Amino acid sequence: MEYNIFLIKYAEIGIKGKNRYLFEDALVRQIQYALKKAEGEFKAYKTQGRIYAEALSDFDYDEVISCLKKVFGITAICPVVVFEDKGFDQLKEDVIAYLDKAYADKNISFKVNARRARKNYPLDSMEINSLLGEAVLDAFTEMKVDVHNPQMLLQVEIRERIYVYSRTEKGPGGMPVGTNGKAMLLLSGGIDSPVAGYMIAKRGVKIDAVYFHAPPYTSERARQKVVELARLIAGYAGPVYLHIINFTDIQLYIYEKCPHEELTIIMRRYMMRIAEQIAKETECLGLITGESIGQVASQTLQSLAATNEVCTMPVYRPVIGFDKQEIVDIAEKINTYETSILPFEDCCTIFVARHPVTKPNLKAIKRSEVRLEEKIDEMLRIALESKELVIAE
Amino acid sequence: MEVYFDNSATTKCYEGVKNIVCKLMTEDYGNPSSLHTKGLIAEKYIKEAKEIIASNLKVKAKEIIFTSGGTEGDNLAVIGSVMANKRRGMHIITTCFEHPAVNSSMAYLEEQGFRITYLPVNKYGLIDLEELKNAVCEDTILVSIMHTNNEIGAVQPIDEIGRFLKKIDKNIIFHVDAIQGFGKYRIYPGRAGIDLLTVSGHKIHGPKGTGFLYINEKVKVAPVIFGGGQQNAIRSGTENVPGIAGIGRAVKEIYDNFEQKLDLLYNLKQEFIKGIMEIDGICINGYTDHRSAPHIVSVSVENVRSEVLLHALEERGIYVSAGSACSSRKPQVSRTLKAIGLNKDLLESTVRFSFSFETTKDEIDYGITVLKEILPLLRRFKRK
Repeated sequence: MEYNIFLIKYAEIGIKGKNRYLFEDALVRQIQYALKKAEGEFKAYKTQGRIYAEALSDFDYDEVISCLKKVFGITAICPVVVFEDKGFDQLKEDVIAYLDKAYADKNISFKVNARRARKNYPLDSMEINSLLGEAVLDAFTEMKVDVHNPQMLLQVEIRERIYVYSRTEKGPGGMPVGTNGKAMLLLSGGIDSPVAGYMIAKRGVKIDAVYFHAPPYTSERARQKVVELARLIAGYAGPVYLHIINFTDIQLYIYEKCPHEELTIIMRRYMMRIAEQIAKETECLGLITGESIGQVASQTLQSLAATNEVCTMPVYRPVIGFDKQEIVDIAEKINTYETSILPFEDCCTIFVARHPVTKPNLKAIKRSEVRLEEKIDEMLRIALESKELVIAE
Repeated sequence: MEVYFDNSATTKCYEGVKNIVCKLMTEDYGNPSSLHTKGLIAEKYIKEAKEIIASNLKVKAKEIIFTSGGTEGDNLAVIGSVMANKRRGMHIITTCFEHPAVNSSMAYLEEQGFRITYLPVNKYGLIDLEELKNAVCEDTILVSIMHTNNEIGAVQPIDEIGRFLKKIDKNIIFHVDAIQGFGKYRIYPGRAGIDLLTVSGHKIHGPKGTGFLYINEKVKVAPVIFGGGQQNAIRSGTENVPGIAGIGRAVKEIYDNFEQKLDLLYNLKQEFIKGIMEIDGICINGYTDHRSAPHIVSVSVENVRSEVLLHALEERGIYVSAGSACSSRKPQVSRTLKAIGLNKDLLESTVRFSFSFETTKDEIDYGITVLKEILPLLRRFKRK
């Protein structure tokens, strides 16, 4: 027995009315993209209201499942065995052989659920249900029928060929990436921002990212770590365009001109300005940050208001109400945690004051920023002009 | 200008080393254990390398065991000798600032029930012979002391220690980790009373993944790697013939015109120290004269974090190390710097410049110029 087709189940796409085909096409595209990472040849396609991923060559089952589990929009993956129609007696044998291999422990309850899509098949679905059920009971005496709460639902679909499946692997849910526009993630190298990117990507949003590095205060290894995080996000969201901004001069200028305890807030305001500028240039429709209320001084409601004030674009903060541990749990699930905790300093922490303001006064912050007027526009221009682009996939 | 001042982390391979390694990988690639000619040729290279090393140390060729490098050598020396001699006693003496290859082996032995005395060092990184004398007891089976400290270049009085140990109890095994010292000092185990001597290939312009351990023929060492019984079953595994020939070649080359090269290097080091001492708020750890190693300068810089200085130097093509390269992946303060009692504020403000015989005066001058230029800049921006 060899699974050779995966039936892809999806939920929310089904309710999108006339746009449904857009979502389905996006899902097919994302499946095809995800399966590029698996060994073997695959074809994803849509037919008769169903989406399938079919293997055209040998493949590794676990590898394929793990690739498909990263495709947003999939709620469940059913590995299917396909048989040629060689009469009902042969079908009985095939189904019994399938069950024998697929279930080592036969002490389970089951129900047969046949669908006769090809109407010229000699038996109708009720007849198939009862005759196949009987054959299974005869073959495996430990199995029991339970039509209300079966442990195993044996699906048999009569089409040109016959599709048999009974297992399901849970998918990640969400919506296919690319169906809900694109947003710019402020990626720091910490635990929170990759999780934030993941969560927004899950809703079908394509992700671009921006990283601020500050050589020599931050190292090449810190930069590589962020590229690696972008790559991990790309595993779910498709290729991530990572914009890298050299922030050193701006940071030092703020350090020299502004009160030290306001450094972080002012710095973050400039990061948001730069991120928004790149977002506009790259047709992003919003910004994403990994902020969570009260986690650090720059994430109090007052601080968030102060940083938010410089943006006209919506800023999405999907982990805003999460505790640190809840964020860590997701980071572990999506496999970014190990990379996030590598010990390289990022530019937010190098000059951080011992007692930064936790309730910044917007008027005061703006007064401080006036002191930057002389050079800051030129510095922003240079920073944007000299940005580097890394495509992480 | 690219200036590599991180020669205590690793060195560039000599051209001759590269050539012989390449030849043995592609032409004379036989397994020395094979009975045919290819095997015989490979065996000959090992024999040659062994003879070069043995004559350099003035020991017997059969007393040289090839390893995969310093860490394996130290592990084999410390754990292997103790395991083979534990019936005589359970006490070991070492210093508090050994390389992790020795230190972690000690921690392992401590778990196995051995008693370890860690000798303190003074601010120059030297142990006190009196303290060593007091620590030795009837139960002592091994003394393991590094020749040259990898972070500050402190050099222990190895000859004195060895002679003293042999005088009081010639059964005590004396291991010397000479990974930083070999190639910068002439070391003669016979005269110095050294029973076990660890050397690594890539610190002396040889290939990485190579090293050797000198084992006094009278000393028993139990293997830590088991297998096909190669190298008298002390170190099983098919010999790394290209690496062995490479390290042999490196040993020969580094000791060519040795005294002359050494004088030159000491002069460069003096010039470097003189140059950077003109900068405010700088101090050199350990001795600054011939009492410390010719190639290591540990510099503490007030109000500049070592990692930032490292990257700022890197931007100008100068490669140095913050603490010791082997430990800098872990964000922890150096045991060596703590051991010499360095001021707490300077622990994270210390970088190591390490030179080689290839270092030139131009490079030294460039290093001084760049430091003079960037330190005032970096000091303007510090964490308040």
